[in-house]
Amino acid sequence: MNNVEITDAVLVRKYMDGSEAALSKLITRHQHRIYSFIFSKVFDRDVAEDIFQDTFIKVINTLKRGKYNEEGKFLPWVMRIAHNLVIDHFRRNKRMPKFDNSGDFNIFSVLSDSDLNIETQIIKDQIENDVKELIKELPEDQLEVLTMRIYKDMSFKEISERTGVSINTALGRMRYALINLRKIIEKHNLVLTN
Amino acid sequence: MGKLYTKKLSKKDQLKNLEPKKETVAFLLNYSKALRVVDCQGIKFGAILN
Repeated sequence: MNNVEITDAVLVRKYMDGSEAALSKLITRHQHRIYSFIFSKVFDRDVAEDIFQDTFIKVINTLKRGKYNEEGKFLPWVMRIAHNLVIDHFRRNKRMPKFDNSGDFNIFSVLSDSDLNIETQIIKDQIENDVKELIKELPEDQLEVLTMRIYKDMSFKEISERTGVSINTALGRMRYALINLRKIIEKHNLVLTN
Repeated sequence: MGKLYTKKLSKKDQLKNLEPKKETVAFLLNYSKALRVVDCQGIKFGAILN
């Protein structure tokens, strides 16, 4: 005749009087409903586990401090705590959104960092400095056209007006400047790649 | 694309038989055993005793 289930209120009273077994019974009795409720909101086992744990830590702290007012509503009270912690969780994540990269789709396959890292930036600077040194080896007329075209971004029409030669001559000087640069690079076995 | 041989549970099925890990429950019970609340002139302090 010991089939009568002890009510939550009695278990809570026993726990507050020092019976740890009462807490174990309360958790066992309600863990499914509380955990399912949390999981149905967050859909993440780990997060649900954390919130479930935090919920019962609050429950334990409140009961041990004797702040709990028994009104026969233990489960709704615990559910309310869990609900508030779920809201806190979403508020936190709204402030600092987390991207879950655990699925088949990898976000980094479509997102890339276009900025150069420190190493590639140093290499790029070195190459640009090397090219500037190489250009100084060119004949004066070719150097002038190449500098205006590449570094000052002038059109061939502007170059021809500035230097007093025809556009075709300017184009020819640019062509020879590039050919000569390639020759210098090959001659010195220079590698100018990033 | 590799084939998936495991059946993906629907959200309804996922909610069935959901329970926290035993470790979580054990942690809570141990936490409860270790927690002592000391009443000092009306102010209550919590202390974790190992």
